[in-house]
Amino acid sequence: MSLDRRTFFKAFGVAGAALALGKTAEAASSSDSDVEFMGVLYDASRCVGCQTCEFACADSHDMEFPEDAPDFGITRRTDHTSRTIVNWHELPDGGEGYSKAQCMHCNEPACYTACLTQALYKTKDGPVIWREDKCMGCRFCMISCPFDVPKTEYGSNNPRIIKCNMCYHKWENDRSEIPACVADCPYDALMFGTRREILDEARRRIIENPDVYHNQIYGEKEAGGTSWLVISPVPIEQIGFNNKIKYKSYPTLTKGFVSSIAPVDLLLPAFLLGVYEATKVRTKNTEEEEI
Amino acid sequence: MNQTTTIQYGDNKGTNSWKFFLSELKPKTKIFTPFNIITAPIILAGLAIIVYRFIYGLESVTNLNQDMPWGIWKAFNVVVGVAMAGGAYVLVFMTHVLHMKKYSPILKVAVLNGLLAYIFYSFALILELGRPLDIFNVIIGNDYGVSSILFLVAWHFMLYILCLMMEFAPSVAEWLNARKWHKVLMTLTLVAVVFGITLSVLHQGGIGGLFMLAQGKVHPLWYNQYMPLMFVIQSVFGGLALVIVIVTICWRIFAYQLDEKTKQAKNPIFVGLSGICALSMFSYFFMHVIIFAHEQNWTYIGTGWGLWYLFEMIPFVVVPMFMFLYGYKLKKINLINIAAVLTLVGIFLNRMNTALIAYNVDAPLRYVPTIWEVIVSISIILIQIWVFRWIVLRMPVLRKSPDWASGGH
Repeated sequence: MSLDRRTFFKAFGVAGAALALGKTAEAASSSDSDVEFMGVLYDASRCVGCQTCEFACADSHDMEFPEDAPDFGITRRTDHTSRTIVNWHELPDGGEGYSKAQCMHCNEPACYTACLTQALYKTKDGPVIWREDKCMGCRFCMISCPFDVPKTEYGSNNPRIIKCNMCYHKWENDRSEIPACVADCPYDALMFGTRREILDEARRRIIENPDVYHNQIYGEKEAGGTSWLVISPVPIEQIGFNNKIKYKSYPTLTKGFVSSIAPVDLLLPAFLLGVYEATKVRTKNTEEEEI
Repeated sequence: MNQTTTIQYGDNKGTNSWKFFLSELKPKTKIFTPFNIITAPIILAGLAIIVYRFIYGLESVTNLNQDMPWGIWKAFNVVVGVAMAGGAYVLVFMTHVLHMKKYSPILKVAVLNGLLAYIFYSFALILELGRPLDIFNVIIGNDYGVSSILFLVAWHFMLYILCLMMEFAPSVAEWLNARKWHKVLMTLTLVAVVFGITLSVLHQGGIGGLFMLAQGKVHPLWYNQYMPLMFVIQSVFGGLALVIVIVTICWRIFAYQLDEKTKQAKNPIFVGLSGICALSMFSYFFMHVIIFAHEQNWTYIGTGWGLWYLFEMIPFVVVPMFMFLYGYKLKKINLINIAAVLTLVGIFLNRMNTALIAYNVDAPLRYVPTIWEVIVSISIILIQIWVFRWIVLRMPVLRKSPDWASGGH
């Protein structure tokens, strides 16, 4: 089954078809469409906020290790020095909970739709990656991302976009590898698999333990579905996730406008020329009448 | 066309034209005017800040943060500025496509303003790019992001600058007395006009389209699915309002360049433009009302944002709309001038709200521009005014074209 991938290309197909007929058609018909998106399931009920994932992530991306630790009731955020962050939340009922934040790897990403050089790129395997040789640093990805994921290095005169890439650099060509945070998690809170597998697993856990989990798989439908899924013992907004994100995927917001560009570009000049000719004849006649 | 007489400057023999060109580079007016004394230091400071920004990165001069990735260089100089540069395509449509000869005295001013605005605003845009050297990726196709609205805006922007250059080029040829070039350039005008209008409509709308992707981030009072359409309508009356302001100023400062006929053409032109503004503002306002009702936005009216929205809509959209209407009916030029200024404030507020003030309102980090950002923003506009003046003093923008040019139409 490759529903995710097909709907993904369907959304882009209409938009892209106007300007890149051959390219989209080729992509949609290639055998790649049978590849399923990979994803990660994060189970907040198993997370203890040990920060191992943060260290594993920094190690995998050759970045500085985090200097601060999750603190009760304090919201830490990802920035240009960290691609993932663990937070220790105070719940409304007085209890406590943990959450891990990183890129959600949308099936139809807003950032990919936004990017004018395809620097932010939805790979055929699922991860949304940033490609340094394409990016011109306009930061439209940051404007558009509903999860506020892409971060940039304002201090540099050649800044990069920093975001989780699901460790695609590790496992793209070597499927024995898995994302660093998943590999190192000591409490099994993270699970790496095809999106279908992790969705099934999330459903199974919720159905088998209805007392433990709040009945929502965050990322199943949000922003058109994401490759990263979250299940939690409490309503998801209580552990810092934005639960107001609409189910509609972001490319559909601009699809109508983008697909109208090529027709307008072709039809409006013809129309204007017609008006030009029509009004020109009339002024000539009136001039002749006046003379 | 009589080619042998009226040789004023050069006669197309290299040396004379070159001498003429050098003499034209010298300042033509007094150097130490109050305007120059005030603006020159600001421009120099702005240029210094720009150099500093490219050496030490955006953080050294701007307050941009991870929640507010676009600052005033994009929001003010690009998003606001482009709306106000819309006068060029509207007037070109009226005079060239609809053959409304009445408006041709102000056409060149509007086109020159549009051309300079686009050149300087794309410069402002490059200033805010993190990796400006990679801007060529958009052009040479190191992977085209064809589904991106920004890709559309970038290309339509670039091509439209070309069209504006082609539209203005005959004036440059008249200045340089390049008659053969003038003849060739005149034949290209219609192409530039037709494609220029098309490109304008699409990139004006595209800038509104950019923010459609920021669903849930732009405050609902400013976010709607008709943003591209709204931005195009804004560019009609916003562009014309700026043309009214610029023409008023030019007709005063450069009065000595104008012949009597052109001088007297101003008021009837303003009355006509005022009618267009009033009606397009009415359609804009009505769209706002429909969206307001349809999206059930009255729930926000009691909040601070609601009041801020009303502050934008009533004094700066509804009031100038009626002023334009009465200005049109009663032929009151002063009323039209005031309405034009109010309209520009309204466009400024609406676009700043969309791109900056009401963007990402729930985010922990807010953005207030640094004094350095403000200086750069202002100096970009000041440089534009300096270049505008330099050109008006030399080329036939306000004054009549030489006889050889107007004869061979």
